[in-house]
Amino acid sequence: MTMRDVAVVGVGLSKFGERWDSGLKELMAEAGVAALEDASITSNDVEMIFGGTMASGSFTGQEHIAALMSDQLGFKNIPAVRIENACASGGSALRLGYMAVASGIHDIVVVGGVEKMTDVPSAEAGTALGGAGDQEWELFQGITFPGLYAMMAKRHMHEYKTTEEMLAGVAVKNHANAYLNKYAQFHKKLTIEEVLNSKMVSDPLKLFDCSPISDGAAALVLAPLEVAKKYNDTPIKILASEQASDTLRLAERESLTGIKATSLAAEKAYKRAKVKANDIKLAEVHDCFTIAEIMAMEDLGFYEKGKAGKAVLDGETALNGKISINTSGGLKGCGHPVGATGVKQAVEVVWQLRGEAGNRQVNGAEIGLTHNVGGSGATAVVHIFGRSN
Amino acid sequence: MEKPSASLWRKIGARYNIIGSECKTCGAKHFPPRIVCRKCGRETKMVDKKFTGNGEVVSFTKIMVPPDMFKDEAPYIVGIIALDEGPKVEGHIIDNGKAIEIGTKVRAVFRTMYVDGDEGPIYYHYKFEPV
Amino acid sequence: MSGIVGYGAHVPIYRIKVEEIAKVWGEDANAIKAGLNLKEKSVPGRDENAATIAVEAARRAVFHSGIDVKKLGAVYVGSESHPYAVKPTATVVIESIMASNNIMAADLEFACKAGTAGVQISMGLVDSGMIEYGMGIGTDTSQGRPGDALEYTASAGGAAFIIGREKKEIIANIIKTVSYTSDTPDFWRREGAAFPTHSGRFTGEPGYFRHTTNATKLLFENTGLKPADFAYAVFHQPNGKFPVMVAKQLGFSDAQIAPGLLTPLIGNTYSGASMLGLAATLDISKPGDKIMVTSFGSGAGSDSFAIEVTDNIDSKRSRITGVRKLMETNKKYVDYATYLKDKDFIKGR
Repeated sequence: MTMRDVAVVGVGLSKFGERWDSGLKELMAEAGVAALEDASITSNDVEMIFGGTMASGSFTGQEHIAALMSDQLGFKNIPAVRIENACASGGSALRLGYMAVASGIHDIVVVGGVEKMTDVPSAEAGTALGGAGDQEWELFQGITFPGLYAMMAKRHMHEYKTTEEMLAGVAVKNHANAYLNKYAQFHKKLTIEEVLNSKMVSDPLKLFDCSPISDGAAALVLAPLEVAKKYNDTPIKILASEQASDTLRLAERESLTGIKATSLAAEKAYKRAKVKANDIKLAEVHDCFTIAEIMAMEDLGFYEKGKAGKAVLDGETALNGKISINTSGGLKGCGHPVGATGVKQAVEVVWQLRGEAGNRQVNGAEIGLTHNVGGSGATAVVHIFGRSN
Repeated sequence: MEKPSASLWRKIGARYNIIGSECKTCGAKHFPPRIVCRKCGRETKMVDKKFTGNGEVVSFTKIMVPPDMFKDEAPYIVGIIALDEGPKVEGHIIDNGKAIEIGTKVRAVFRTMYVDGDEGPIYYHYKFEPV
Repeated sequence: MSGIVGYGAHVPIYRIKVEEIAKVWGEDANAIKAGLNLKEKSVPGRDENAATIAVEAARRAVFHSGIDVKKLGAVYVGSESHPYAVKPTATVVIESIMASNNIMAADLEFACKAGTAGVQISMGLVDSGMIEYGMGIGTDTSQGRPGDALEYTASAGGAAFIIGREKKEIIANIIKTVSYTSDTPDFWRREGAAFPTHSGRFTGEPGYFRHTTNATKLLFENTGLKPADFAYAVFHQPNGKFPVMVAKQLGFSDAQIAPGLLTPLIGNTYSGASMLGLAATLDISKPGDKIMVTSFGSGAGSDSFAIEVTDNIDSKRSRITGVRKLMETNKKYVDYATYLKDKDFIKGR
């Protein structure tokens, strides 16, 4: 089977945060138009759209999101498909967009991700997010998402002596990065003490260990690499697009201290991209909770199991550290409009690889990785991007 | 009424009595029950398997910020329990004054999980308590 | 002749002290403790109700009996706090003990004596040959209106008894049971009302004492037995005082009622009270011991039983969790505010 190389030729992002001014449509338009402009294409050029969203129905009552995106962006009656893969909806949408272009079926494809979460009370939003786990056994028993990740954190602390300070270190670093990102939800630096003293949500996870409830949208324009220069001076090549799944129930997994789907997807991605984990100097990882970033650092092979927490406190993962993790601020600092997150991660990496990340630019970024998780780890999507020249 | 009562009734054997399943092809035991064995796939030969409800805490947490349905129950402790027969299962752990730690031995008890307002159904469930 | 083949009990781990309630209402705790002969009462957890208590007791009874639960032919659950007005508690019990679906089941209500009524019905069905085994359960999470005298006593607990007729399985023969019943409005709870209402001191002489005394005397007449023939006696115990008084009036000693007198420690478990008392008494009795039990339910009526312990009691003893042990294990005290929350008495939620 011959596959075409695929490039990202346009990226767009809405401002993330509590977007009282905007509904789904406005958020889609904000990110979508930016991506089309970035790729210097018109609405008429787009052949298909893949739209990632997790729970628009629960959050806003609106389903049928991909057709709505196509409609709102003025696309001309093109095929539009919604992808729901919990918090990995965006990453999964990107992978399908990649497959559509790589296969030769379509040339210009838009991948969108959106979530409008603040129109419902936060307890209701939490219940909707709970649908990413096993409704019948986890949610039915009142086991929340912070609860699931808290049990992973507690086990990680038990097995590897990971500390609450290490968890807090992730939040502090990601807020510091978000401070430099105008699209980010938070522009407030945190201290370890502030994180440790924040309200307990599900021990050991405190409020500032958790990503926020956010509104936002992100969009990408994909094209075959061979024609990519037509659209953008610095097309970014997708070196690998891989994904894996696991049991929906956390309890049924082999291990609580890592996400197997992440390791499996990463392994395949490194092979496909012909790179090693330690070639990666830039990564956007799925830090829905601080413990999730620590596990991701280990599952992606950046650090040995049990060593990631210390690396965070040692500053190795800060901007222009040994490996720059979550330069956007991550889900924690930039915000986590669930369906948009996986797409936003790619937007950030593209900006970094193009050298357009401004005061949060990673020096000499050549290869970047995105890592998007659904639920407590039933889905993981890993993409690797590289400068094409 | 927030939840259709049929969804509880359908799994009453599992929720009341921890009846799961066992694959006669490979011997793997499952709780909650499932139709297809994760190891054997299409080759599965599943039969009912009653678990004792005795096990050990693998991890746990105290939920301080509950979903709406559980707003009057918080805080409450939930955990993942490795049953003596093998499967790991999520459930509430009752704070009976005994220390709850990773490795704590627990047994299953019968409690309400959720009472749907003044007029809806009452959902009963297994919970665990330290022994 | 039918007898008890197994029994089980359940008492919630939570307690509230008389002092904790008295201080809210500005009452004299010591006077109340002395007046009621009671120092604290059991309180159900937020996740416990009459059905969960019945299930815990029933499971212990099945385990104790050693019977094949599929041969259980009837389950009767007596309570005045059935969780539903319409939808049986008994169905929760049969499903959770994995009984056969080919079973008779119903809920009973006769204030505090509905459980012993369930035992009598089971005896009738077993003796007639309609079923092999029957189970009678008394369970309650009784309601005491905040500020009412009953608030100090209304507690939670239950016990289950399995009745069978196989001689080798019976741990205690039921020699005889009789009842004394009249229409007496001493205490009631209307449909839809959250709390019961009582007629104060009228609950005493015309209610409790008249019925317990008459039923017990009827038992004596029918069996030819007298107080001295019994090793132990158990009376319904709405407080710690009434059972002591009626025992004395009938000619029983304090020692005879001591093992089964639980209310001073856990309060009045209503439908559970006399049955828990019997269970606690069986826990310590020896083959050949005779036990007299008289329940009481407002409205009003009493069921009296003459029971004789058999040799089988010792062989099944290792399978029982003693009532006193249940009462003492993991005991946790709650404050009045928590008690209100757990009973769902807080307005506006």
